[in-house]
Amino acid sequence: MSRTISSRLSSPEARLALIAVLVFVFMAVLSPDRFLSVQNLTSMAFQFPEFAILALAVTVTMLTGGIDLSVVGVSNLSAVVAAMILASIAGETAVGAGAVMWLILSMVVALSIGAVCGLFNGALVAFVGMPPILATLGSGLIFTGIAVALTGGSAVMGFPAAAAWLGNGLVLGVPVPLILFALLAAIVAFIVSRTAFGLKLIMFGANPRAARFAAINVNGLLLRVYMLSGALSAVAGMLVMSRANSAKADYGSSYLLLSILIAVLGGVNPYGGYGKVIGVVLAVLSMQFLSSGLNMLQVSNFARELIWGVLLIFVMLVNSPRAAALLRRERTT
Amino acid sequence: MKNINLARNEVLVALVILAFCAFAALSDPRFLSIPTLTDLLRNGIILGIFSVGAMLVLVSGGIDVSFTAIAAFAMYTTTVFLLEYAPGLPWYVIFAIAMVLGALLGCINGVLIAVFRLPTLIVTLGTLSVFRGFLLTFVGSKMISALPPDMRGFSRMMMVRGTNADGSFYSLPWAFAALVIVVVLTWFILHKTMLGRSIFAIGGSDESARRIGIHVTRVQFFVYVYVGALAGLAGIIHASMSRLANPFDLVGLELSVIAAVVLGGARLAGGYGTLTGTLLGVALIVLVQNSLIVLGIPSTFQSITIGILILVGTGLPAWQAKRAEARAA
Repeated sequence: MSRTISSRLSSPEARLALIAVLVFVFMAVLSPDRFLSVQNLTSMAFQFPEFAILALAVTVTMLTGGIDLSVVGVSNLSAVVAAMILASIAGETAVGAGAVMWLILSMVVALSIGAVCGLFNGALVAFVGMPPILATLGSGLIFTGIAVALTGGSAVMGFPAAAAWLGNGLVLGVPVPLILFALLAAIVAFIVSRTAFGLKLIMFGANPRAARFAAINVNGLLLRVYMLSGALSAVAGMLVMSRANSAKADYGSSYLLLSILIAVLGGVNPYGGYGKVIGVVLAVLSMQFLSSGLNMLQVSNFARELIWGVLLIFVMLVNSPRAAALLRRERTT
Repeated sequence: MKNINLARNEVLVALVILAFCAFAALSDPRFLSIPTLTDLLRNGIILGIFSVGAMLVLVSGGIDVSFTAIAAFAMYTTTVFLLEYAPGLPWYVIFAIAMVLGALLGCINGVLIAVFRLPTLIVTLGTLSVFRGFLLTFVGSKMISALPPDMRGFSRMMMVRGTNADGSFYSLPWAFAALVIVVVLTWFILHKTMLGRSIFAIGGSDESARRIGIHVTRVQFFVYVYVGALAGLAGIIHASMSRLANPFDLVGLELSVIAAVVLGGARLAGGYGTLTGTLLGVALIVLVQNSLIVLGIPSTFQSITIGILILVGTGLPAWQAKRAEARAA
């Protein structure tokens, strides 16, 4: 059975793969020696995992037709608490096994805080029946507020040297953040496409009422989804903390828009019911190629924001059935 | 029968405001004074104009987060343009230019949302970064403090002016009248015109609205253009009052605005929202932002307080609706 090119391009993921390759080739042609340098490629691999993991967090909630606007708040809160453990209990001078133990403990604490924050969000959505936008908008403010109250608004610094490994280390020449992202993406992809939980998630997103009538435990489902999102955000927070070698209540505030943008760009339906992790990964890659390519061309950060916005709207237009219908009508008349 | 209905957000918010004021007055008697009132009113102007616009969008069943970027864009571009070509224009022409600019940007949202039917949150998140990115890349990223003379003149026009017993001054600028005009005009559109009824109808159910013959595309388009114009107005007033055109200003305020509007009872699902509720919501947010310290709560707790207010203010009605639904089923 041979498929035509146009039918192959009918899925959003295939179109995205094409976009990612085009952006890569375009940037490689524009500045081949700098864009394709080993240094640039590794620096990209260190940069994108933190917001890519946040995008995964947004993705899982979007699959249920919800959204998580508190991801940045959760990641900062868990990073701040982890940082306080590392800085004040472990101390800057901790080395060897002790430091590693504190690092692991702080990660466990961060993950638990992320999960508890997610549980709180999930409870608001499931039991109180709040719209996810408002629930996570309000809780995000609270999480950020708690982080501000804990630190008094200043950065927490002075970690043992081992903490830097998480964000800056290499394993067999591969950056640790990249490994972490690949692992998490694989896990989320597995959960979404290979487990009963994932199937229920998509079903609920496609039609909440039908899911309820199919005797799916909707409340339990929502709780777990938001917990997953919170835990993923906490991992992103740990990465940011390790890379910045400090934690602060207002780090990464631009990541919220970026992570939603990546999820939507990745073909996840904001109304729920459709989305693939591979799409999100492709979207992350195209964004990163684009932004570091633009960096090499000395485009300002503001222009990057402009280009991201244009890209988001463009992709939405391309994927919109309505736009396609309007275009077709114009062609025939 | 007019019972006090606690399930209504307006009543809830009004009670919280009264309690807040009572506690504030107890801990510091100077809180209940005309300067406090004029301060709160002055601080509520920008937030108020934004909130009226955001409320209208919520009523129509959408959500807009790009209005702050529109405001910054219209404000800054107008200022740059005036300084370059016509610094001597009177303030009402300046305001009109900013509003037209805002309306034009609103058109972009309008086309994407009304014509192409893209989801409103995502579109306006996108246009937020487009407008802001365009402004900072192509128009400029420097603060301008040498504003056209008539903008500075406007900031000196006071409705009320007075001196306290202790010799300090208080005043309420004419800019407050702009908020009043915006509220009256929006009230008129919402409740006295077919257009207003159509906005409510679309918010309730756009399919039903379409079937009873409402031109949904046109009405939605109007909503986003109107909000754009309001944002332009708010932006230029903000610049005039602070006597500074800062392109980094305003963006980031959208969450407070949406908080104020949903506190006032406007529903995210569309079809419901009142001006009274919105203004009460604005009053509460302004109170929390300016006077939390009077209650002895440190200002680091500001965002926690607003977050809790949002959760309680929107959670209570949501929970009641859920219970009612469960009882009906």
